Amino acid sequence: MTIKFSKEHEWISVEGDTATVGITNYAQEQLGDVVFVEVPDAGKQVDQGDDAAVVESVKAASEIYAPITGEITEGNSVLEDEPSTINTNAEGDGWIFKMTVADPSQLDELMDADGYKSFLAELE
Amino acid sequence: MADQMDTITGNRGLRIEEPLIFEQSCDGRLGVDLPEPAKVTNRLGGVERKKPLGLPNLSEPQTVRHYTRISQKNYGIDAGFYPLGSCTMKHNPRLNEKLARLPGFASLHPLQPVSTAQGALELIDQCAHWLKTICGMPAIAMSPAAGAQGEFCGMMAIRAALEDRGDARKRVLVPESAHGTNPATAAACGYAVDTIPANERGRVDLDAFLAKLDDDVAGIMLTNPNTCGLFENDIIKIADAIHDAGGFFYCDGANLNAIMGRVRPGDLGVDCMHINLHKTFSTPHGGGGPGAGPVVLSEALADYAPLPFVTHGENGFDLVEHKQGEGEKSFGRLKGFHGQMGMFIRALGFMMSHGGDGIRQASSDAVLNANYLLAELKDTLSAPFDGPCMHEALFDDNFLKGTDVSTLDFAKAMIDEGFHPMTMYFPLVVHGAMLMEPTESESKETLDQYIMALKGLSERAKAGNAGYFHGAPRLTPRRRLDETAAARKPILRWTPPVEDDVASE
Amino acid sequence: MRYLPLTDADRSQMLAAVGVKSMEDIYCDVPPVALLKETIDLPPHQGEMEVESAISAMAMKNLNAAEAPSFLGGGAYRHHVPASVDAMIQRGEFLTAYTPYQPEVSQGTLQYLFEFQTQVALLTGMEVANASMYDGATSCAEAVAMAGRVTKRKKGILSGGLHPHYRDTTKTISGLHNMDVVLSAPNVSGDEDLMSQIDAETACVVVQNPDFFGHVRDLSPLAEACHDAGALLIAVVTEVISLGAITSPGDMGADIVAGEGQSIGNALNYGGPTVGLLAVQGKHLRQMPGRLCGETVDTDGKRGFVLTLSTREQHIRREKATSNICTNAGLCALAFTVHMTLLGEDGLTRLAALNHAKAVTLADKLTGVDGVEIINESFFNEFTVRLSKPAADVIEDLAKKGVLGGIPVSRLYPDIPDMENLLVVAATETNSDDDMDALTTALSEVL
Repeated sequence: MTIKFSKEHEWISVEGDTATVGITNYAQEQLGDVVFVEVPDAGKQVDQGDDAAVVESVKAASEIYAPITGEITEGNSVLEDEPSTINTNAEGDGWIFKMTVADPSQLDELMDADGYKSFLAELE
Repeated sequence: MADQMDTITGNRGLRIEEPLIFEQSCDGRLGVDLPEPAKVTNRLGGVERKKPLGLPNLSEPQTVRHYTRISQKNYGIDAGFYPLGSCTMKHNPRLNEKLARLPGFASLHPLQPVSTAQGALELIDQCAHWLKTICGMPAIAMSPAAGAQGEFCGMMAIRAALEDRGDARKRVLVPESAHGTNPATAAACGYAVDTIPANERGRVDLDAFLAKLDDDVAGIMLTNPNTCGLFENDIIKIADAIHDAGGFFYCDGANLNAIMGRVRPGDLGVDCMHINLHKTFSTPHGGGGPGAGPVVLSEALADYAPLPFVTHGENGFDLVEHKQGEGEKSFGRLKGFHGQMGMFIRALGFMMSHGGDGIRQASSDAVLNANYLLAELKDTLSAPFDGPCMHEALFDDNFLKGTDVSTLDFAKAMIDEGFHPMTMYFPLVVHGAMLMEPTESESKETLDQYIMALKGLSERAKAGNAGYFHGAPRLTPRRRLDETAAARKPILRWTPPVEDDVASE
Repeated sequence: MRYLPLTDADRSQMLAAVGVKSMEDIYCDVPPVALLKETIDLPPHQGEMEVESAISAMAMKNLNAAEAPSFLGGGAYRHHVPASVDAMIQRGEFLTAYTPYQPEVSQGTLQYLFEFQTQVALLTGMEVANASMYDGATSCAEAVAMAGRVTKRKKGILSGGLHPHYRDTTKTISGLHNMDVVLSAPNVSGDEDLMSQIDAETACVVVQNPDFFGHVRDLSPLAEACHDAGALLIAVVTEVISLGAITSPGDMGADIVAGEGQSIGNALNYGGPTVGLLAVQGKHLRQMPGRLCGETVDTDGKRGFVLTLSTREQHIRREKATSNICTNAGLCALAFTVHMTLLGEDGLTRLAALNHAKAVTLADKLTGVDGVEIINESFFNEFTVRLSKPAADVIEDLAKKGVLGGIPVSRLYPDIPDMENLLVVAATETNSDDDMDALTTALSEVL
């Protein structure tokens, strides 16, 4: 299983040819209490960088971009009733959508866990 | 112990816990007396209502008491200082309320023959004349319903003008400090929005602006004075540059109160500017509306003004309501009927009361009041930009560093001190922004009291008393409200209780 | 000057505190060429008496409905507003308050908005309503744009019975949300066919009920046809009192209701300001523009109200907002709420019955006048007549006799010869038998 991170504070976890995408703990802290998540429908085609989902808090709405190109296979239905899952478990149960991996080489463009840690350190 | 000190009803003296009207309904109660309808054969086409609507029935005394009681939970300009930056919370003169209620205006139907409404059209024309003169512009669109619609009107006029000369362009430049309605409006008009950064003096970075300027830019949307309360000193250069590139200059006139009578937007190269009658010209905010957003226009844009508009000819006043004749190039209609007539009356009353001299003195006092606040508070709070400022003073939350007190917490403590807080977290270009606009309606005594309170609060925060701020406000009808819960599980109306629940109680 | 508290002594002190000699020093960033040395060329300040005199003079040049029998409708209606309504909206706590962004000191505004939203939802038979729009026409335009977002389709079909101002506003505004707005020929007889126009591209069908010409109908078949095709039905209501007498649009199957609330709580005011209504079924909530007030609790556990779901709005979403709308109708919505509270279920039902009875009575009287032919089978408080002469001329003649007789259709549909003789006539509870007789007498003299 590979876990990578994007500059937009998304994580993507790849197992075989399925990828799971969510936002990082840092991102959920910045957003505050999540009140609503617009989860994409299965079947939607996304290119790397396309709008894929929206996470809303009371004061802000954040676009979630597809970190790689592929097809959405599932949106996390738990988030409909419990959007707060993103706050309590952003990097686990708070995943937002699953997708196929059209081009595995795109993963090389993303940061690994250490890379993301350094990236965050620079932001502070 | 606490129970014995609480009241039995939960009321606290003059402050009453008032339920919703739906919770006070009783069959058989009426708040109006209406005669019996004549007995007729109904002509309702077979769709008579068969179900009850579920509206509550209250008597007149109950209704009056209900709305009186809930009004007592509101802060208003009448009650106190309301330094909301960008909102211009000035005194709302009651003369203007009286004028708007004259039967000759209040009982006038918008679609009466124009020959029977000459006085109304004359008033709109007079109001237009005063606004054009103050702004130094040759034309005006009176119909937009509010500031945001006025922005839309300005951008639509620009779009129409460009299409008319066969030069439809795709981009609009907007400073990063702009109010959210600006990019929202540009997008609504089909434009891609390109952001221009600010320089260290808080103004538009002229070089960055020039670098983004090309022949695909339809225009720039600039606020002047800007949302940091500062006059854009390069504004004429910016206007010249955008005109040279074949684009137009839209100005967000929300901050006109700083310069009216002293600077005319027309002299700055503006092509269109919306005016917020409910800000600069004292029409009441009414808890959120109604507003009015007339738009002054340059010669280049005048032909594209929305329908309808008032004309003045040999036969008196007329209304151009259709895309023919003088209205041929109009981009169309923005709302029903002719515009916010009630606000025109109030605004004209304000302008005539002030006169040319009073208008200049009003903006001058508004600016002096803001600079006084800036001068007295900049050493206690933290100001991101050096003065002088225009009609509003901007602070950031640097002075609260290390105190664990946020801008929000600070604002909530101001509420207990009897002030409505300033605008918070806007503009976005500084951290934890606090934007204070006193307006010309405030006396020096009020400002001094406010300054004293803010200095005291600042000291309290720096002394480490964060808990005081986190728990504020304590003295208001309601304390801090759970906005997260409101957004997660929206309850947007009262719903009658289900019969089963009632039976099981 | 009575509105300016600062004295010259204050100003001197404050200039000194700021550290400058004069206001010119403070305006140092203004390009000198643009700085006016003297005041602008406008009359000097005046006292209340003079201002009142000047503006009253303009008011007196109008023939108003308080002094002349008036039968105008067309989207603005003259009703009796109880005296308590004005007394409430003139309270400074309501009049001079701002948008309730600090809810702890705005529970007055927020509670009435919550009540308003509930009243509008109940009246329209829909699940949720917002805290008001600018007016009915912009509400209609926003409803069409919303239908486009919900269905992800582009075509909006507008009925030929839709008020022309609503039609034109919709064309101007939603034309830019990438919607293709399809117009229909004016539906004078009330029997247009919209159903056959619905296809897989249709986002919505917009129909007014009662329509501009006064016809009342059951929208259920049209609603069904829309739903079968995956489109939304938008019902427009310009005379909200009609909801006291006819089946609600929600019960007829409407997905969105856009309307004008002026009839309740608000005088004619020459057409502005008024109060737009927008109500939707709950599943479309997040695509609805405008302010929303929601219920919650405070830190002490007490019920309170806040503005909510602001992330749809311009000040947060900026380019991606559902609309650029900022203000709502505020005080006009309060007037609506207070009046509606005074009316209640029973009062509204009787008021609606009264309006309908007046219109039926008027129609019967007009039938007896030579040169007047009533077009409508069905109507609520407004109907269309065909005169034996161009209606615009007739109206001017009636006005000279001190009667405001109705709205010539040509005012809104210019240059259509077939429609020149049509007049739309309304009757409300404010029209007495004497008023009606004045109209019939004047008409028989003029025709």
